[in-house]
Amino acid sequence: MVNRQAVGAHYGLRDWLAQRVTAVVMAIYTLLFLAVLAGMPKLDYPHWKALWALPVIRYATLLFLLSLFIHAWVGIRNIFMDYIKPADLRLVLYVLVIAALVCYTAWSIRILWGT
Amino acid sequence: MAIVSGMHRISGAVLFLFIPLLLWLLQQSLATQQTFESFKSAVSSPLLKLVLLGLLWAYLHHLCAGIRHLALDLDRGTELGAARASSHVVLIVSVGLTLAAGAMLW
Repeated sequence: MVNRQAVGAHYGLRDWLAQRVTAVVMAIYTLLFLAVLAGMPKLDYPHWKALWALPVIRYATLLFLLSLFIHAWVGIRNIFMDYIKPADLRLVLYVLVIAALVCYTAWSIRILWGT
Repeated sequence: MAIVSGMHRISGAVLFLFIPLLLWLLQQSLATQQTFESFKSAVSSPLLKLVLLGLLWAYLHHLCAGIRHLALDLDRGTELGAARASSHVVLIVSVGLTLAAGAMLW
């Protein structure tokens, strides 16, 4: 009898790369956003609101947040793979994390375009 | 130093857990003039300030440790001595940046 663990297969390299690409995207966004913040004449509601109405800020932030959610998924799954030994519990946790991240994505779009 | 690697994990997990709070704060800051004002008073409360400062540290530590990780991937600084030294740099720089940002913001 073969005791296979339900850990999936051959996503190692893809995840390794995704984790690094998303990290670089977030690092660049962080620096650029800090520069934008530093260049704001005033941080009151009208200026803040106007900043977030700019398409470039909306799309750049969406790119940042999508990178964050992918990055979080790869990282959290690695943590679960190391510490959560029962395969069925791990599967439940994976589903919960994915559900949360999908909700965060919808919420992010709502915040960026709906407010 | 294994502690930097462990902290990279812990800071990442903490940041993940606080995503909803941060999204909510962004939403509050943008929704209306009124929610913007309540956002401002919320982030100036001592408890939330402390939480945000902690998250800022987690973010900066994770960022610095990540940059170190990328350098190691590119085969820079992989000798034991250099790797130890850069792990100290990560600890010191992320704390320093957090203190500087904290002093600027508050």
